[in-house]
Amino acid sequence: MEKEQEDQVRTAAKKWAKQRGSLVMALHEVQGALGFVPWDAARIIAEEMDVPLARIYEVVSFYSYFKLEKPGDVVISICDGTACHIKGSPGLIAAFEKDLSIACGTSTEDGMFHLQAVRCIGCCGLAPAVVVNGKTYGKVKPPECATIVKEWKAKMKDKMKDKVS
Amino acid sequence: MADGKNDKLKELAQKQMAALDKLCEDHKNRHYLIRLYTCDAIGCHSGGSSDVIRSLTEVINSHGAMEKIRMVPTGCMGLCGKGPLVRIEADGVKPAMYKLVGDMLARIIAAEHVIPLLKWIEGGRKGEFTTSQFLKDNELCLDLPFFTRQHKIVLRDMGHADPENLGEYLANEGYDALKKALFKMKPKDVVEEIKRSGLRGRGGGGFPTGLKWEFAAKAPLVEGEKFIICNADEGDPGAYMDSCIMGGGPHQVIEGMMLAAYAIGATTGWIYIRAEYPLAIQRLETALRQCKKHGILGRNIFGSGWDFMIEVRYGAGAFVCGEETALMASIEGKRGSPHMRPPYPTQKGMWGRPSCINNVETLAAIPIIMRQGADWYNKIGDEKSRGTKVFALTGHAKHGGLVEVPMGMTLREVVEEIGGGTDTGNPVKAVQTGGPSGGVIPASQFDAPITYESLNEMGSMMGSGGLIIMDSTDSMVNIAKFYLDFTVDESCGKCSPCRIGGYQMLKTLEKISKGKGEIADLQKLKDLAFAMKKASLCGLGQTAPNPVVSTLKHFEDEYTTLIKK
Repeated sequence: MEKEQEDQVRTAAKKWAKQRGSLVMALHEVQGALGFVPWDAARIIAEEMDVPLARIYEVVSFYSYFKLEKPGDVVISICDGTACHIKGSPGLIAAFEKDLSIACGTSTEDGMFHLQAVRCIGCCGLAPAVVVNGKTYGKVKPPECATIVKEWKAKMKDKMKDKVS
Repeated sequence: MADGKNDKLKELAQKQMAALDKLCEDHKNRHYLIRLYTCDAIGCHSGGSSDVIRSLTEVINSHGAMEKIRMVPTGCMGLCGKGPLVRIEADGVKPAMYKLVGDMLARIIAAEHVIPLLKWIEGGRKGEFTTSQFLKDNELCLDLPFFTRQHKIVLRDMGHADPENLGEYLANEGYDALKKALFKMKPKDVVEEIKRSGLRGRGGGGFPTGLKWEFAAKAPLVEGEKFIICNADEGDPGAYMDSCIMGGGPHQVIEGMMLAAYAIGATTGWIYIRAEYPLAIQRLETALRQCKKHGILGRNIFGSGWDFMIEVRYGAGAFVCGEETALMASIEGKRGSPHMRPPYPTQKGMWGRPSCINNVETLAAIPIIMRQGADWYNKIGDEKSRGTKVFALTGHAKHGGLVEVPMGMTLREVVEEIGGGTDTGNPVKAVQTGGPSGGVIPASQFDAPITYESLNEMGSMMGSGGLIIMDSTDSMVNIAKFYLDFTVDESCGKCSPCRIGGYQMLKTLEKISKGKGEIADLQKLKDLAFAMKKASLCGLGQTAPNPVVSTLKHFEDEYTTLIKK
């Protein structure tokens, strides 16, 4: 972890340490900033909040929302709530798996894409729905999955260009 | 010294009350010729309602008409399957609603409906106002049974009010019930009123709310504390009522929670909300900020001498945390594992303090019941299940979305009239209620009324309010497997009937759907289900077999067909 990130984690942990019932909230804040909960961050939280490291591991590993490993840059979440399931989310999962050549729940080798099935996102009127880095696609049909991947590949390419220039 | 402090507090309360009155009056005194509502609840928001609002605003601005038109981003309008939705209202004109509004359609609506309507009104309403055929084709008929057959109480203001506008909530009699309670009622009168209303827990259990409050009220403070907790951890996949209620009426939930707190003598409120609902969280936090700023939350509320604060805590994607004891463990910073009851949370809850846990929809009904009275509320609905229930009507519904109906309405009315049957044109085979804890109800039993008891008798349950329509092509074995896969994944693993039983049931179902099952497997499923129901520690394990048991009961032939293949 870089110094800047370490400070971020420490500030969050210190803030929440003053309030009760706040371990999960501190973890949320850390994951919100870093994208996941790295081991070093857990250590800082343990120290600042006076919680055993084992407790933090217990909590992080229990809740599906928290990630212990860095996710891909582009996270494709296919909603697999009941409404989406009935309207064809399994077909979307298969289409993305085929297009990206990875299994659901894993990332591409270059770390660009992460594919995951999630429980209801609350947009049942848009079923089946897919969320990519916060952008929602509704009433998706399997052939459209490849288009979505293409769209984000192009976006990431542009982003890289911006970074270089 | 103490007197000086008291005077200061009194003065502050008076100032805050005056500011609130002004906020309310300002809202009431602002008149617009046209009201333009855009649904900005989670479904329409994800479908692009922000772009719609921007486009509408741009066009109206270009005509310099912003002063005369009220643009309102609202809570859920209901027909989520046809969103984003836009509704145009003006006094003396029939309202119009547009469906599937995108950027382009929004611009056309603004330029060819809103602006001409404004000119027509300003020009003295000469002749009849009409719009083009193109626009008419994009309108939704507001005479649809979907709109006319509902009875909106909890959702009353959704679709008509800006959830982030405190002035509007106050103008709609918001916080009046709280003031009445604080100044004119004793806590036990509030408990009595809710008992008499017949309101039962809308999270699914159906426990009488007034009775729960009575237990909580009787419990003495522990170390000076007692809690009221709002359960907004809506984990049921395919249900989003609580998300929309919280996002569309945060002040309604807060007021309900404060009334509950006053009634039971709670010192702090906690809202446990699903982290997957960022929009609802944002609206809730805005509302809480407004309350703190205006003295609705804090010390000496409305000058009554009563202090109360609300804390917000996020869930983290664990379905089991909807269970009361697991929820409290989660706030305490532990794994969300449930524990044995008794002691009940109302006696010994979070950190050992008495804690009363109510669901979002339950709390949202409280201010309205207190305003209109228990006698008004308990005349709505069924004899044992009073009032209304909000459902998320999804799956293959032709008209899918958020609906509120009186208890006692038949499933047929909800599915066939309000839902309009299926979107595929295939016949309806069954509905599923109660999510992973509920079961399927075949079309042959649709004449049964929607009550806690009748749904239980049919092998399902009310649950939090997911109502999923399945057509003749949907496989019942598949749906049972889907739910079991969910509960196995979400089982906390603490007790073995749930941990092992669920897994074994799932493996058996997988075997059957692969065509490798035997007839004896069906009995095995029933035996495992029985053991799980009897021996699991919490509601998750006790109800997890329901989807399998109910599909076996009503659609055993679908299992045997797969086995015989």
